[in-house]
Amino acid sequence: MENLEHIIAEHPFFAGLESHYTNLLTGCASNVRFDAGTYIFKEGEEANEFYLIRTGKVAVEIFAPQRKPIMLETLGEGEVLGWSWLLPPYQWRFHAHTVETVRAIALDGKCLRTKCEQDHDLGYEILKRFAHIMEQRLEATRFQLLDVYRVGR
Amino acid sequence: MTMATAATTDPMLPQPYSVRQVVKETADTFTLTLEPSNGAGGNRFQPGQFSMLWVFGVGELPISISGDPAERDRLVYTVRSVGQATHALVSREVGEAVGVRGPFGTGWPVEKTEGRDVLVVAGGIGLAPLRPVIYEVLHNREKYGRLVVLYGARSPRDLLYRKELAAWARQRETQVLVTVDYGGLSWRGHVGVVTTLFKYARLQPARSLAFACGPEIMMRFVARDLETHGFAQENIYLSMERNMKCGVGFCGHCQYGPHFICKDGPIFAYDRMRPLLEKYEL
Repeated sequence: MENLEHIIAEHPFFAGLESHYTNLLTGCASNVRFDAGTYIFKEGEEANEFYLIRTGKVAVEIFAPQRKPIMLETLGEGEVLGWSWLLPPYQWRFHAHTVETVRAIALDGKCLRTKCEQDHDLGYEILKRFAHIMEQRLEATRFQLLDVYRVGR
Repeated sequence: MTMATAATTDPMLPQPYSVRQVVKETADTFTLTLEPSNGAGGNRFQPGQFSMLWVFGVGELPISISGDPAERDRLVYTVRSVGQATHALVSREVGEAVGVRGPFGTGWPVEKTEGRDVLVVAGGIGLAPLRPVIYEVLHNREKYGRLVVLYGARSPRDLLYRKELAAWARQRETQVLVTVDYGGLSWRGHVGVVTTLFKYARLQPARSLAFACGPEIMMRFVARDLETHGFAQENIYLSMERNMKCGVGFCGHCQYGPHFICKDGPIFAYDRMRPLLEKYEL
């Protein structure tokens, strides 16, 4: 448990988080491993956790009718996978498909939501960190949509 | 007469070169190696400089030099075929003539990076003007700190210099990260814009200089994100591009605010460019 707490505290997503909060989070955490080529979650499934990626690479994909899934982005070491656990209806919007074997810390969303309701300071800390991730990914998506390397721009 | 001497004496007079080699990099991008038709060597250039290349009977193009500064018997250019003149240029056969003026413009301030880390951020064909920097650092490894190359392209089939990227990644004190905006399912690398690589690069902004080249929008995103990561504006350099004609600041075609890109640039520190980058329609 102590080791898990240390891993959470060392992960960039929780950098600088007060130690009593790290301790609280550890109660909702577990070590997980996914082999390369497997799905961590799929679109439409219930979103009950998120992942602090320690090693490996995950592709975020969207299902496209009559064609293979489209890879939207990849996430790797030091990143966070999944925020659908945070907001209703708590369902995954995309597939998460491992490109390489992934080692991660899974945080139980239901457990964490309960703790955040009980301690709004913790909830605000978590929300601020996810808002930052969302802002970065929204900006990256807008940049990607510009398709700046296309001929004729 | 060396090319540098020719440029000094009459910068408007093209020197005769012939095509030694043409390498297809991608479906529309080719690397041409030119050698002086008179057999003279001594082609000195600074990484980041460009030449004006004449395709006789078709037109003249500003093209950045993408070769190794240490190889003085040749000039190397990577060209994307997107119009009549570039198509004519990349269609030259081995032995055919090309006129060369230059080299022109300012280079990357590689000398300022001695003892410091070098961060290269390239997008698309923007890797070509940065390749001479990479050669320079790798040839003189003891003079520089870490070399970090971050390269983004539209898709895996648009990546330039694939074998060299892999070879650079094996060099000591060198980190090479590649990403594509659109990856097919067979692509095992990163997917996402080039700025998403910053978090994987072990950056030390206080002891680094950053050189960025690519579409202007991409460079704006890059420069802004580098600032967020702690880079001072004066330690970020961009390669700017406008419609260059004479190459020596006479004609004014490439005027950008108070600057002529061909003569005052194309390499500028971000602190000088930032106010202009934010102006509409400039």
